[in-house]
Amino acid sequence: MADTVEPLVKVEGLSVHFPVGRVGFWGGQHRYVHAVDGVTFDIFPGETLGLVGESGSGKTTTGRTILRRIDPTSGRIVFRGQDITAVSGEELRRLRRHMQLVFQDPYASLNPRQRVVDIVAEPLVVHGLVKNTAAGRDRVVELLELCGLPADAADRYPHAFSGGQRQRVGIARALALEPDFLVADEPVSALDVSIQAQVVNLLQDLQERLGLTVLFIAHDLSVVRHISDRIAIMYAGVLVEVADKDTIYDSPRHPYTEALLSAVPIPDPALQTHRERIVLTGDAPNPIVPPTGCRFHTRCPYRQQTRCGDEIPALRELSPGHAVACHWAEDIAAGHVTAQTGRLRGPRVTALREPE
Amino acid sequence: MTDQGTPLRPDEPHLLEVDGLEVKFFTQRGTVQAVRGVSFHIDRGETLGLVGESGSGKSVTSQAVLGLVELPGRIVAGDIRWKGRSLIGRANEKYSRSIRGKELAVIFQDPMTSLNPLFTIGTQLTEVLRHHLHMNRGQARERAVELLDMVDISFPRQRVKQYPHEFSGGMRQRVIIAMALACEPELIIADEPTTALDVTIQAQILELLADIQARLGLAVLLITHDLGVVAGLCHRVQVMYAGRLVESAESHDLFVEPGHPYTRGLLRSTPRLDQVQRRLVAIEGSPPDLRHPPSGCPFHPRCELAIDRCHEEMPPTVEFGGRTAACFRAFEQPPPTDPDDAAVPVETHG
Repeated sequence: MADTVEPLVKVEGLSVHFPVGRVGFWGGQHRYVHAVDGVTFDIFPGETLGLVGESGSGKTTTGRTILRRIDPTSGRIVFRGQDITAVSGEELRRLRRHMQLVFQDPYASLNPRQRVVDIVAEPLVVHGLVKNTAAGRDRVVELLELCGLPADAADRYPHAFSGGQRQRVGIARALALEPDFLVADEPVSALDVSIQAQVVNLLQDLQERLGLTVLFIAHDLSVVRHISDRIAIMYAGVLVEVADKDTIYDSPRHPYTEALLSAVPIPDPALQTHRERIVLTGDAPNPIVPPTGCRFHTRCPYRQQTRCGDEIPALRELSPGHAVACHWAEDIAAGHVTAQTGRLRGPRVTALREPE
Repeated sequence: MTDQGTPLRPDEPHLLEVDGLEVKFFTQRGTVQAVRGVSFHIDRGETLGLVGESGSGKSVTSQAVLGLVELPGRIVAGDIRWKGRSLIGRANEKYSRSIRGKELAVIFQDPMTSLNPLFTIGTQLTEVLRHHLHMNRGQARERAVELLDMVDISFPRQRVKQYPHEFSGGMRQRVIIAMALACEPELIIADEPTTALDVTIQAQILELLADIQARLGLAVLLITHDLGVVAGLCHRVQVMYAGRLVESAESHDLFVEPGHPYTRGLLRSTPRLDQVQRRLVAIEGSPPDLRHPPSGCPFHPRCELAIDRCHEEMPPTVEFGGRTAACFRAFEQPPPTDPDDAAVPVETHG
């Protein structure tokens, strides 16, 4: 992204810690889940930023904190040039017109006792754009059609729809207020592959037509590569790498990104059985007591005796637009630092017939 | 047919054979035809992938094999044979009890709910051993430690004394695999074994499954919705749609040249890590309601190749050079798509 473009959303040093009870003899010491720790990134107008991470990496918390649905512990959120970290009351309500959320689970995010017209019109009523549902009906039908649903969907209840159609209702609701910025939190994860493609295509079309800026949160790297312009990778509450999508996929510089990409199965037996796989040992760390230094050092195949265990790596730019939080990124790329463990090559299933 | 997965001796029956299986669920809202005439077999040492979306009947098929179809569900037709002998019906109950859980083991999807939170891992592992192999307490405990070691759990001697909540998701799935291996089974049915896991943990579990399979010469029936998982692990693949087996082929052939329009659609609508597509080619519409499946081919309402005949007649399963497809227009190419939409392969990392 060019430097001259002002970002729509700026996130600076964002941290979110959730208290989880006390320890100590007098119970005087709070313990915290370090959900997000010092995350910094920008989202530019009209782009889709993919935010990727495994469960517990803090990607959802980050998305919701930007929307001010969760209060940050520290850090700053800037939206359209305005610091919104501390806005509240009526000002926050007005702000929410411009930033909306699409939820993951289309079964849980729609009230089963409301008709679709009530669901989609609710934001319009809440923000005083229409007096009641009846008055907003035309707009609702317009939104439903925009999202590929028939006009007669308005009078039905959510149970009458399949998962993909429900997700369309959820998207229509998020678009009702004509927001500039949409946070899509795993919007297709609950859907079957053939339906997932329909919803992904819809999101892309809508973004093109309405000029939306989207933060697309997901764990599926294949979908993220497809839909995003740039990608940010999170691990255990910290941002480890940010770059445009082709750079991330073609030349990842953080060992975690590299391992994550190699773990994604590709539906092509010839490729899948012969590409190099990096199998990480162990699990993601405990977020209450995150590892010192680099959060990934406990599982990193490139771990070094110095720095990794005690010095927190800063997110630094390796090349314009490509930032990495690893002490040894250049040395790994140059081959000075090599992986100790976990690299596997050759077919996983030995009996597989060789392709001609 | 395939070059592996054939019986060791020509006269030996298949390890597992499912023949014309039909399962219906008699609910108050109507009869759900979950599985409609499914036939397949697995031989020793073979990994067979069963792929389908939710509601395709893949899990019900595996439940039928395991004898886990419960009311209101019922196997209404067909047979399931283990080494040539039927597992179905009252007369075979004693035989099927001695097979299921012992020679035929299972790994379920959710490692959070398939372990009992009230008992230690050791207790749950030894239960299997004591029931099926009649081991005493000490022997069973020793074997449990061995099994945990086999699935790469460190400090197995300490770990057997711990409860499920002390294990992470990936570790619990390892314990489940250890339980499945306890009685040295010949076939493991793995029903979405990695769906609930993160991708780096999924990679660990798949590596473990492949390693164990190769080491012990097991047969595996892998049930999944993820074509990528199948690509890396299975010798043969079968695709299910709306309770029917629509295609069956060797893994390599299926991915290179899908024969059934549904398989082709599924492959095209899956975004790939190694390709850039401008647009995904979605399969329009949604899977049918299995209380009222469409007449003829169940896929015809969504099929771009559908002809009049597809509306009226159920296409038979036809063999094409060692592979099968249930389609009147199998292997016909779909109309060309917009050239802009075509996938462009790019260099892959790794």
